[in-house]
Amino acid sequence: MKSSVITFPGSNCDRDMDVALKKFGFKNKMIWHADAELPKSDLVVLPGGFSYGDYLRCGSMASKSKIMQSVINFANSGGMVMGICNGFQILVETGLVPGILLRNKYLEFICKNVFVKINDKKNKYFKNLNNKVLEFHIAHNEGNYFCTQDQLKEIEDNNQIAINYCDENGKIEDQFNPNGSIKNIAGIFNKEKNVLGMMPHPERMIDTSLSGEDGSLFFKNLINNLK
Amino acid sequence: MKISVIITLKKDVLDPQGKVIHQTLDGMGFDDVNEVRQGKYFEIDTKETDNDKAKAKVKEMCKKLLANLVIENYKIIDPK
Repeated sequence: MKSSVITFPGSNCDRDMDVALKKFGFKNKMIWHADAELPKSDLVVLPGGFSYGDYLRCGSMASKSKIMQSVINFANSGGMVMGICNGFQILVETGLVPGILLRNKYLEFICKNVFVKINDKKNKYFKNLNNKVLEFHIAHNEGNYFCTQDQLKEIEDNNQIAINYCDENGKIEDQFNPNGSIKNIAGIFNKEKNVLGMMPHPERMIDTSLSGEDGSLFFKNLINNLK
Repeated sequence: MKISVIITLKKDVLDPQGKVIHQTLDGMGFDDVNEVRQGKYFEIDTKETDNDKAKAKVKEMCKKLLANLVIENYKIIDPK
């Protein structure tokens, strides 16, 4: 399985993602934002970080970079595209997934482990995962998912919510919402569910001695689903 | 020609920064403020000399980059 991680100026989770993808069997290539063409890939990842210093709106500049037109075409033809954290912010700015990520409700940068409940398993990202709840890491200032009422209705009608913030038992409540996101949304799909944007970092949970193993479960399952 | 654009958050979008500014103003004694909403202001100096054409281009810039229409409105100010 071939993957591509796009590096933007200011990306800082690109190499972590590279390590994670390779650990679980992907042949990964790092792709520079100014390149025009994507190499043949089974998965494209937009990594976390602070592309273009978060100028204007997080992800807005990166969403216009040269490589993004290829990424958009790839996604529109059914290719798997995953945006993590700043990558999620870039995805919403391209319009590949609906909504936007606002400043966290209480204005603080949040860096901690959270639990997320998988809302939908009829997709290649979470299909066949035994767990209902995963423990991932979040580190962001703008993770407060927002969309219009019309968009929310569409998202819910199409079952596009991927994961919600919850407690360790999967209870989705306000008190487990770290950033003020509508409906505790931590990640969403596009309609076809080949594009996934999420704030949590699975690539930070791939080593039991350093963090946890729920990221390992995610990546192992993902590569099996793509085979 | 210089064209100005003001970008504001839509009514139903939470503006925590505006809220904190409001609270601070309140604490400073400006206690008659109802609400504060924070926005963005741009000055775009363009080579275009035709007023209408320039405004049309800036409108396109707003839609494509300067504003995110999910949460923001934009207002183009007539050049003087």
